[in-house]
Order: sequence, then structure tokens, then C-alpha cells
Amino acid sequence: MLRIEGLTKTYRTGDAALRGVDLTVGKGQVVGLIGPSGAGKSTLIRCVNRLVEPTAGKIYVGDTEITGLGRRELRRVRRRIGMIFQEYALVERLTVMENVLSGRLGYVGFWASWLRRFPEADIAKAFAVLDRVGLMDQVDKRADALSGGQRQRVGIARALMQDPDLLLVDEPTASLDPKTSRQVMRLLLEVCAERGFATIVNIHDVGLAQLFLPRIVGLRAGAIVYDGPAAGLTAEVLTRIYGEEDWTRTAARDDDEDDTAAALAIEAERRIVAGAA
Amino acid sequence: MPVTQQSDGRLAWRHLTPGESLARFAGWFALIALTVFCWRVMTADTIWAFVASAPAQAADIFGRMMPPRWDYAGRLWRPLWDTINIATMGTLLAIVLATPVAFLAARNTTPSAVLVRPVALFIIVASRSINALIWGLLLVAILGPGVFAGIIAIALRSIGFIGKLLYEAIEEIDERQVEAIRATGASPAQVMIYGIVPQIMPAFASINVFRWDINIRESTVLGLVGAGGLGLALESSLNVLAWPQVTLILLMIFATVIVSELIAAKIRKAII
Repeated sequence: MLRIEGLTKTYRTGDAALRGVDLTVGKGQVVGLIGPSGAGKSTLIRCVNRLVEPTAGKIYVGDTEITGLGRRELRRVRRRIGMIFQEYALVERLTVMENVLSGRLGYVGFWASWLRRFPEADIAKAFAVLDRVGLMDQVDKRADALSGGQRQRVGIARALMQDPDLLLVDEPTASLDPKTSRQVMRLLLEVCAERGFATIVNIHDVGLAQLFLPRIVGLRAGAIVYDGPAAGLTAEVLTRIYGEEDWTRTAARDDDEDDTAAALAIEAERRIVAGAA
Repeated sequence: MPVTQQSDGRLAWRHLTPGESLARFAGWFALIALTVFCWRVMTADTIWAFVASAPAQAADIFGRMMPPRWDYAGRLWRPLWDTINIATMGTLLAIVLATPVAFLAARNTTPSAVLVRPVALFIIVASRSINALIWGLLLVAILGPGVFAGIIAIALRSIGFIGKLLYEAIEEIDERQVEAIRATGASPAQVMIYGIVPQIMPAFASINVFRWDINIRESTVLGLVGAGGLGLALESSLNVLAWPQVTLILLMIFATVIVSELIAAKIRKAII
């Protein structure tokens, strides 16, 4: 569904954010992108819908190569790419319904969108999506009146409205508490599984990534240094991604006997999550 | 480097280095010296005998101004209506003209920072640097005396004010919300109405109400140069030394400004 070949991004300041990244994400596959701050995670997913213009390389969404597209074709491709943001990026002064409907802007004309006269099918879909994320009783509230978890659900609903093939998720839980983070991640993975999106999730929290995401890609200084199952995140691999630190309590495999308990706890939670999904 | 090491090895800290505190003292000293000097220049040409008789003069004029000529009010309702119209129509015209200029001037919405932005900024500066009274003088000469010249004068002066405050509000918006709308595949016009307009709405409304409030006050004096409204009545009363009428006009301006302030405050509160 998504194929990235030799993606390179050098900012005007001369900072090389990405150095020749190759990555393929199949339909229905969910990839967790981890790495230290400044490794290029955000740049990578922003290059996919060209919110950031890549310097070199090719990006295929389905069969369309998007780095050479003109503005109009780019907008057509963007309609098929949903995006969920770190700090929700909802339009704060609009209602939940307006925010959710804004996912259809690519399909609605200027005047219709200005007057908020969306097609009936879109409104029915918005109700269905809001029901799916559990926000039916918040439809008419303004986005800035919601809690963090509710806002991120609106963000998910807005992305679902696009009926995307590809979902880009930028640090979905960075502004949420641990419990809400888990709920949001669970919801996200459920809808990805239901609809078969190809998904990239940038995530800071290694524990959360191991818990929810089957495939992990590790990025360091703009290059991929690990691509494999979450279970393969050993202390050695985490050192390769993040640098020297005591990883024994975080690593997936219990290399150290002392950490068996911690590893077991993680394992148990993973099983519970798998059961719930 | 206010951290220094003392002879016994302890660290000492001061807010400023000795050089910095000396520089600050010199700065304040120069400022006070300049003030004293300016005061001397200002008072050099004053005829102190006139200043000495000021209280008597003031009492004399005030005596002639009292009591206000209340029955003159009947002839003031029409100029008052004109004044309010000049302010309101002028503000509306300015809003229509200034809003696009603000979008062209804001760094994050301008189509071209090299070509278009300087033109928009020039319009804003040109409008702001000329007082409404001077615009009025020019326009009365061009358009002839009357309310129309007043409306245009108010509008021309307000474009800069509204344009400047609005473009600053546009530059301060949260770009992430704009980015999110852009990511859905929305067209540039849709990005504007969904990503930008909701964010600047409170600023837009309060800037305009504030300017309308200022314009009520400005339009009361515009008549002094022949641009219609209460100022025109004020000038003709002053010309014939009809002090009781002047008092009544000043009272009326005062009342109008208070009412407009009240309305403006109400509207602002309702929006935010």
C-alpha cells in the first residue's frame, strides 16, 4: 500500500532529517515507528502526504508515485491518507461535528463547505463514525470543551471520515495519561483492523509500542536501524536505536533473570489486550 | 558574567557586572538630563504673564459657557445621526477593504512574501500614518464638504488599524490546525475557512468593535474640517462665539462616546 524508496530530506538549515529511508507497509499492516527525538519520525510521515516536501526519493501510495504530483493531484491523494496528530490539531473553535465533517472537505465544494451544507451521506457517515469512537453525546460541543482523550477520538473520527487507505499517526498518546493512552491505542488498532488500513504510528513510548504494535521500525539519525517484530526489541536493539542506557527493564526478551517479573507483567498485559481486540 | 570567585574560594553572584550597572546609571542620567534640557527649550518662548492670567481666562470662558443652551438640542439630532452614520459606514467600508489586505500582509497567508506582502504593508502604513482629520481635509477638497467625505476619511484611516491588528492575529494562529485541514485534501480556500477563519474570529470581532468605538470619537471632530456631523455644528457655534451651544455639543459628544463604549464592551463580552 505504501512504498518508500530512498527517501531523503534535508532542511534548508542543512540538517539532514532523513538519509535514504526504504520502507514498505502492506494493506492492513500496522507499523510502529520509534526512535529518539530528532530522529526524523515526524518528518518521515509528513513526507508521505507532503506536508513536508521530500528532497529526494520516491513514495508510492498504492500505484501512485506522489513526489512528482501537481497540487490538484496531490489533494486527490491526500483525501486517501488520514492523519492523526500529537496534540489532536482539531479546529478548537468549531464543534465536534464540524471537525469530523472536515474530513470530507476534499470531496465537497467551497460554498457547500463554507455554509456547512454537507451531503446527507456524509452526515450519516459522521454519526456512524462518532458512534464508533463513542462520542455520540458530544456532537454539538465545541472541540475546546472536550478532554484530551475525547479530542483524540475526534481526531480519529476525522481521519475515518476520509475512508483512507493509509493512516499516518503522529505521537497519538504523547499528550495523554497512561490509561487514556491505552484506550486510544486500543481504539486505533481496532479500527485499523476493522478497515484494513496500512498504518504508520510514530510513538515515543517503547512500552506502549511493544504492547500494541506487532511490527516496529527503529529510526536513528534519519536512517532505519531496526525493522522487525516487537518481540525482537532486545536491550542490544534498543541501544542501537536510542544509544547507551540500561534497557534491561524495557527490553522485550528477559535476558536478565532479575527482570523476569517485569517482562511477565508486560507479557500478561499484551495477552489481555489481544483478548480485548 | 556576574558569577565571581572570591579569595576564599566561595562563589559570589550579582545581578549585573560592575560595567553593566555603570552603563545603566549613565543611561538614566542621560535621560533625566535630556528631560531637563527639553523643558528649558519648551518654556523659553512662553509669555509667563499669559500663564499667570490663565485661571481668570478659564473662569471667564467657563462662565460664558454656562448654562448650556438646551433648546439648541433640537437642531443637533440630525448632525448626531450623521456622526454615528459616518463612524458606522466608515468602519464597515474599512472592514471590507482591510480584511483582504490583512490576509495579503500576513506572512503565513500571503501569496508572495516578495511581491504582494510589501504592497499590503505599504497600504497599511500609508493609512495609519495619516490622521483621520488630515484625510478629511484632503477629501473635503476632493469630494466637497459633507457626510460622504467623512465616511471615506474614516474608512481610509481605519484600513491601516484593522489591517495591522488582523494580520498580526493571522500570524499568531496555531499552524497545526491548519496543517490538519490541509492533510485532509482540502483546497486552499477551504483551508482558509476551516483552518484559519475560526481561529481569528474573536480577534476579528473585537478589533472591529474597538475601531468602531474609536471612529465614533473621531467622526465628532471631522466636521471641524467640513466633513459633516456634530463637528460642523461645533465649528459654526465656535465661529460666532456661541459658548452655551458649544457646551451642549460637548455634552452630546460625551454622552455619545459613553454609549458607544458601553455597546462596544457588551459586544466584546458576548463574542469572547
